[in-house]
Amino acid sequence: MVGLSAINPQFLYVCAGIFLFAIGLWGTWLHAHYVRKIISLNVMGAGVFLTLIAVAYRGEHLPPDPVPHALVLTGIVVAVSATALALVIIRRLEDATDE
Amino acid sequence: MNEAASVVWVISLPLLGALLATVWRQYAATIGWVSSALTAGCAVWLLWVVQRAGVQELALGGWEIGLGISLYADGLAAVMVLMSSLVVLGCSVYARHYFRAQRQHELFWPLWLLLATALNALFLAGDLFNVYVTLELLGISASALTALGAKRAALRAALRYLVVGLLGSMLYLMAITLLYAAYGTLNAVQIAEALQVDPLGWAALLLMLAGLALKMALFPLHFWLPPAHSNAPAPVSAALSALVVKAAFYLVVRLWFEVFAPLTTPLLANALGALGAMAVLWGSWSALRAERLKLLAAYSSVAQLGYLVMFFPLLAVLEGEARQWLFGAMVLFALSHAFAKSALFLAAGILLQYAGHDRIRELSGTTQALPLTTFVIALAGIALVGLPPSGAFLGKWYLLDAAFKTGQWWWVLVLVAGSLLATAYVFRLLGHAFGHLPAVKRPVVAATQEIPALALALLATFGLGLGAMSLWSWLAHTGTGAGL
Amino acid sequence: MNELLNVLTEALGKNLPLWIVLSSFSVGLVIFFVQESSHRLRTTLNLLAAVVKLALVGVLLWGVYHGQVYEVRWVIAPNLELLLHADALSMLFVTLSALLWLVTTVYAIGYLEHSPHRSRFFGFFSLCVSATVGLALAGNLVTFVMFYEFLTLATYPLVAHKGSDEARKAARLYLAYTFTGGLLLLVAVVWLKSIAGPLTFVQGGILDTLPAETHSALRWIFLLMIVGLGVKAALVPLHGWLPKAMVAPAPVSALLHAVAVVKAGAFGIVRVVYDVYGVEFADVLGVLVPLGIVAAFTIVYGSTLALFQDELKKRLAYSTVSQVSYIVLGTAILGPLATVGGIVHLVHQGLMKITLFFAAGNYAETLGIHRVSQMNGVGKRMPLTTLAFTLGALGMIGIPPMAGFISKWYLGLGALEAGVLLWVMPVLIASSLLNAAYFLPILYRAWFLPADSWPDEHIQAQRWETHGMLLWPPVITASLALLAGLFASLPFSPLEWAQLITAREYK
Repeated sequence: MVGLSAINPQFLYVCAGIFLFAIGLWGTWLHAHYVRKIISLNVMGAGVFLTLIAVAYRGEHLPPDPVPHALVLTGIVVAVSATALALVIIRRLEDATDE
Repeated sequence: MNEAASVVWVISLPLLGALLATVWRQYAATIGWVSSALTAGCAVWLLWVVQRAGVQELALGGWEIGLGISLYADGLAAVMVLMSSLVVLGCSVYARHYFRAQRQHELFWPLWLLLATALNALFLAGDLFNVYVTLELLGISASALTALGAKRAALRAALRYLVVGLLGSMLYLMAITLLYAAYGTLNAVQIAEALQVDPLGWAALLLMLAGLALKMALFPLHFWLPPAHSNAPAPVSAALSALVVKAAFYLVVRLWFEVFAPLTTPLLANALGALGAMAVLWGSWSALRAERLKLLAAYSSVAQLGYLVMFFPLLAVLEGEARQWLFGAMVLFALSHAFAKSALFLAAGILLQYAGHDRIRELSGTTQALPLTTFVIALAGIALVGLPPSGAFLGKWYLLDAAFKTGQWWWVLVLVAGSLLATAYVFRLLGHAFGHLPAVKRPVVAATQEIPALALALLATFGLGLGAMSLWSWLAHTGTGAGL
Repeated sequence: MNELLNVLTEALGKNLPLWIVLSSFSVGLVIFFVQESSHRLRTTLNLLAAVVKLALVGVLLWGVYHGQVYEVRWVIAPNLELLLHADALSMLFVTLSALLWLVTTVYAIGYLEHSPHRSRFFGFFSLCVSATVGLALAGNLVTFVMFYEFLTLATYPLVAHKGSDEARKAARLYLAYTFTGGLLLLVAVVWLKSIAGPLTFVQGGILDTLPAETHSALRWIFLLMIVGLGVKAALVPLHGWLPKAMVAPAPVSALLHAVAVVKAGAFGIVRVVYDVYGVEFADVLGVLVPLGIVAAFTIVYGSTLALFQDELKKRLAYSTVSQVSYIVLGTAILGPLATVGGIVHLVHQGLMKITLFFAAGNYAETLGIHRVSQMNGVGKRMPLTTLAFTLGALGMIGIPPMAGFISKWYLGLGALEAGVLLWVMPVLIASSLLNAAYFLPILYRAWFLPADSWPDEHIQAQRWETHGMLLWPPVITASLALLAGLFASLPFSPLEWAQLITAREYK
């Protein structure tokens, strides 16, 4: 598909992305505290986005594929709003007095 | 009007309602139920269009497929949209009275209509990335709605719900990334055509299954469901249990049968079916031991989703007409559960408002105090156990039939055990309800709360049990390739 | 005008079985919403529905006798069809149900005069009869199973009606038994359908053309079905729910024991043996003899236990366990005469047993008598009720010219014909002796011993010994039981009808 010289940086980025994804997954699963879970989820998201950006690479002299970029932008918007909601709920939880 | 417009309206009407309800807060309730009613009307129209003119495909804004948002409505999608719109309508009518004089009232409607939007958009999504966006929208609005319960338990459940949903979406997104890397497209039809049986395909399939199994609370990933579904306000619980988990299930069906068909071997199907079987047994057992009605209903959802997955190994080996029948029966089972479970949660909400609690042991005398509500619980119970007449009865019938036809009799044992447990938990509840109440109070329940619950329960039992024949002809309207 | 009438009769005619089911179903639903205090409205609705149903059944009976075909089909799913169909056997059961429902409705109105939750009671009461009639008119096994489950659902609230801990416990036990049975039946039916296709009831059976390699599966299916149906028919050891369910009000007991529940089980066994398997094919499979042995054991066991019950309703309950198995025994003996005996007992047992339960209810309601030991001299205080009870009891023992004698006579002849007299005759004799042993002392006490004071007399003797609506139902049913025996050879008698059915069952 792509030349040997081009594979290395792309491959590296993909690996890094998957590595971040795995770390995030591990963190989300293991941490009990919800702020940590949220941070881990964001790490996971960063991993996916990194992979997507790496996937967009089409060779040295070609413009990158725009579709993954659009996906990453959408993904970031979604992740930010979800994180905001999670943080709001965490704050409410700390303020809640019943029980 | 353009026929394809029906596809757009079922999404844009609730979205418009959500915006209006945010702006005109004092009219939020009216906007809410009017737009739900209109959406339900459009859902009927959509089904009619699909039935008459076949599959509807639409590229929004004129963008070419691959860049823009594409919508796709075949028989299955139209049926799911109708199911979702009807449940939402029932809950909306109910919610008007339920939230009266409550603080969350104004917050409820915009989120609620957003949930309806997300559901319909998900059922009609035409490519894998749209699915991701609608999944996130669904997860966020559902979690925010759960948090309306406002107690600590509700907030905690909402948070867990959100985190689990995000985790599922991330797994799903990673799978999409892998598929795009390999095939350079997000269009499901193109992926389905190009799909290779190789490690990458497997990785994508397993990531997607894991993500969606988490979202549909398939055993052993069900842990988040009972607290989330039992702590939310009644109409929210109803939609969560009836629709939101169904959305994830719908995606599993689409991906399994249409996109990943070459990879979904009978062995994998059996593994999935085994998880379903465990969900049936464990969920029913937990429902039997539940102390509270809403918790019982939530555990019962875990079990019912297990039944849905048990159809997979049988669908994997059946062929031809028998397979179509079984597929229709699976959809019928899902519909029946959606209506029955929403009715049960709505009834539980009435009980909770009336008695101040929903502890099963202390429900003596409900038959006298709230006869219609008890009747709704009984009808919903019939559909959950799978007694005739109900959609679930027919679903179980075909499941049994397929198990005998293919010689996989072990599913019969699971089904028998699950049904007995379901009978036990439903009638444990009714048995307490039949007890004597020391002093019978006058019921003060609004008819606008009981009637929608009753309508949904009747739909699940008599409606689907006796009048579901057209479902199979609706489902016959499929496109040439994948629906997504 | 004439044309319109023709169209109307035609439309009604074809769907007549459906109207018969719906007549009580719809009224049942309406009754749920009747105000508790609207006594007159509820009574009118109840009686109207019962009379209309009986009239419709009369029309249907006339039509079937004249060879008309009534069929209602409704496809509920691909390859799955609801079918209501009136044949000779269903007519026997439908007529019995419709007739006894009318009588029981009158009785129940009198019995529940001042008790709470009457609208709920009569609502489920009507649904219960709809289910019974529905399963009688079911034209295939699928329909039968659906109504069979529906019957369980409709009777549960009746058993739990009093709401006491005891009633709820009994209702729970009832459910545990009947739902497990229903589920096994369902599994068996689906299994059989996957082997044999549509399971339409056909006189003479439909399975004898299946290849020999299916036979072992067919035996297993038969076992599952008999267990599923035997729960309601109270075959030993599946009878445990029945004596416990006696906590229900007397009209419910009467209905459960004489018309609806146990009969549904027995009727189902008759259907499965004759119209699904075919009695001759069932004999080839070798499943009839085990069934007969279970029935024989149940007959003796039930009678023996009845002997030791002091509580009147419990004694009657065990008597039911025993008597219903006569129907099963008749089914299990190959040969037309035994078939006649079994089928005719479906009606005879119903008439006699409902009389006994009505009478027991009258004793309890009028004088507070619940136990056999309290019945001394009750014959002088309540002569008509006791007379009815006596006729019912003599019938159960099998003394001519009561209806019970006809049943036993044909069973005996059938056993002779089939060459199984050696083990059937001792069962019949032992059971008759036991019947005599547990009924005659009651009759002796009632008629000949001096009266004590009554435990709790709350209906004073005025013109009649008790409330009229309580008194006439047992008198009517006892007279019917007597007439069925006396005029057994006349046309339209149960016996005549059973012979008509039997003639069609043997190929």
